[in-house]
Amino acid sequence: MRRIVSVLLENESGALSRLIGLFAQRGYNIETLTVAPTEDHTLSRLTLTTVAGDDEIEQITKQVNKLVEVVKLVDLSEGDHVERELMLIKVKAKNDQREEIKRVADIFRGQIVDVVHDAYTIQLTGTSEKIDAFVKALPQDSVAEVVRSGVLGLSRGEKALSI
Amino acid sequence: MEKLSGADMLIRALQDEGVEYLFGYPGGAVLHIYDALFNQEKIKHILVRHEQGATHMADGYARATGRTGVVLVTSGPGATNAITGIATAYMDSIPMVVISGQVQSHLIGTDSFQETDMIGVSRPVVKHSFLVKEARDIPETIKKAFFIASSGRPGPVVVDIPKDKTNPNDLFEYKYPKSVSLRSYNPSQKGHTGQIQKAVDLLLKAEKPMIYSGGGVILGEASNALTALTRKLGFPITNTLMGLGGFPGTDQQFLGMLGMHGTYEANNAMHHCDVLLAVGARFDDRITNTPSMFCPNAKIIHIDVDPASISKTIRADIPIVGDVAVILKEMTDLVNNKKSKKPDKTLISKWWDQIALWREQDCLKIKRTAEDDQIIKPQDGVKAVYEATRGEAFVTSDVGQHQMFAALYYPFDEPRKWINSGGLGTMGFGLPSAMGAQIAFPESTVVCITGEGSIQMNIQELSTCSQYELPIKIINLNNQSLGMVKQWQDMQYEGRHSHSYMDSLPDFVGLAESYGHKGFKIQSRSDLEPVLNEVFSIKDKLVFVDIMVDPKEHVYPMLVAPNGSMRDMWLEKGVRT
Ligand SMILES: Cc1ncc(C[n+]2csc(CCOP(=O)(O)OP(=O)(O)O)c2C)c(N)n1
Ligand SMILES: [Mg+2]
Repeated sequence: MRRIVSVLLENESGALSRLIGLFAQRGYNIETLTVAPTEDHTLSRLTLTTVAGDDEIEQITKQVNKLVEVVKLVDLSEGDHVERELMLIKVKAKNDQREEIKRVADIFRGQIVDVVHDAYTIQLTGTSEKIDAFVKALPQDSVAEVVRSGVLGLSRGEKALSI
Repeated sequence: MEKLSGADMLIRALQDEGVEYLFGYPGGAVLHIYDALFNQEKIKHILVRHEQGATHMADGYARATGRTGVVLVTSGPGATNAITGIATAYMDSIPMVVISGQVQSHLIGTDSFQETDMIGVSRPVVKHSFLVKEARDIPETIKKAFFIASSGRPGPVVVDIPKDKTNPNDLFEYKYPKSVSLRSYNPSQKGHTGQIQKAVDLLLKAEKPMIYSGGGVILGEASNALTALTRKLGFPITNTLMGLGGFPGTDQQFLGMLGMHGTYEANNAMHHCDVLLAVGARFDDRITNTPSMFCPNAKIIHIDVDPASISKTIRADIPIVGDVAVILKEMTDLVNNKKSKKPDKTLISKWWDQIALWREQDCLKIKRTAEDDQIIKPQDGVKAVYEATRGEAFVTSDVGQHQMFAALYYPFDEPRKWINSGGLGTMGFGLPSAMGAQIAFPESTVVCITGEGSIQMNIQELSTCSQYELPIKIINLNNQSLGMVKQWQDMQYEGRHSHSYMDSLPDFVGLAESYGHKGFKIQSRSDLEPVLNEVFSIKDKLVFVDIMVDPKEHVYPMLVAPNGSMRDMWLEKGVRT
């Protein structure tokens, strides 16, 4: 099962490599990873997705929690949550394909953020599934370049992950 | 406020932390620190012969005393040489602080002379590590390092200090913090009351109970609490290799060690029990044999300070996280409480009858034919050492058959007396760890039970022993082979002894004497007792005893693997359950 693990981490050099190293060392996989400082600059917020069974995710959360620089951790996939991913995609768009690609982007509420005569750069946010679906919906061989942010998430409701 | 250099602050911080001994070796990156050491007398520096030796000495010191062992090494090769010892301490959760010099800050990342990314190299084998960025942070960093190393589940902490941060010309205000708090690190202390009550209720209903305790009991200073509870309940108990001495080894309730080379009665009692109380143990693969076949009928209570150890390999029915000593004491109080149900000895009398039958197997009996009457079995050697020291010595070991024989034939009645590398299984651990124990307890008898393979992995420390006059007794169970490797080759590779012999051995007696020590060689069984009595009457000198033992002996019992449970054991060559 896919899990979204969200971590508050001391914003110190070395903390990230320790966390990533732990995953490599113990043979856990990382599908996506994103990290940036929070409103409190002494803390970073890290979100990663991994595929793990119940026993494995229990071990992962316990092991990550043991790292001295990990302040708090939550497995978002355990409860109701909102998740988003951002994609920037460069699509080859010539002549008759230009209209078609623009239409698909509109359907998915994508924004065209750069235009040249034979390409569009489109920005899209949504769940990972929506982004996958958009890429699939584009005309074959039109994709030139893709960059995705990895999953971000927050739990629903008023509870917040903070110290 | 007084002003000190980074190097002086470091030494002052160590003094203020109460450090007595520093095990180290100098080099370019730590020269300022060594100069600061030169000007003081509080901390005694032990100059080792190899940095691996320094880490094992600090480790042995920590295991014998419960205090944090401290190491000082230079950058690059000094730091990498320390890695095996750091990993050894990590696997056995030993409190240790390793201070490594680093190249100057502006040279980091340029492949400069003797530069190694020590934080990176050590990362998988430390509890935590610090790279000192500002010299003024040194006192607080040292305080944090000791706090993290010694609290919760202990472990090694590396403090990497670039040379410029110890520059004698840069002065800072020195103040050693009284305490530290880390918002991200709160080792949990108190066990959950409801869970503890549930555990006691389950234990009092058990008909085939078993207690299994490990190194956590030693590290958590919980032997008294464990002994009190076990006696109160009247249950059988076994200790892991790391947990020996957690409960008195000569007590009737003790079934001996369990696991890969555990006793017949301990392993069987584990397999057949209906309630298992696991304390400060981690269900490691050398214990459980095939996990899916482990304790098929048991409800499992697991007490440990580290939540990640619980339900890692074997799911616990009643997990309790916290300080083992406190939790065991609470359990004993509950059992003693007037209102609660009393332990009912009749409920478990059939179970003790069954255990008595298993004991009749006499699995540790030394098997000897009439011809080999004078051949010394390695077990004879250990037993003779036990007699000669009345079971009161600190005993360290290396890794191999001799280690298992020591664990099985030298019962320990007290914690911290048995010192061995259980988790990493590091050959070369025995001598330096004995040195750490001897330094901590100069008046006590310290024995290193080793093999001719292992002893050669850190034999250079014989020189350090002369320098600091450490009267260790080295018992070399010399089977002229890498016995444990050979045993596996006998059992699994049809006796093809690929590179498991030890050729070109030195004359160990002569070697010891060349360092100024005494040496004895024993070749006949009848010499064991008299020579060992003489050896242990020598109080002021290191003695190297080279005992020529039967090279064909195997360690038994031995769990049958793969696909075996804990009741499946080899009992002697070709004989299994
Ligand atoms: C550093 C290291 N290298 C290799 C091993 C693998 N190993 C385990 S036991 C053993 C043989 C040890 O020989 P010896 O010290 O003579 O002990 P014996 O088994 O003969 O009693 C070896 C090579 C190890 N544990 N540690
Ligand atoms: Mg040997």
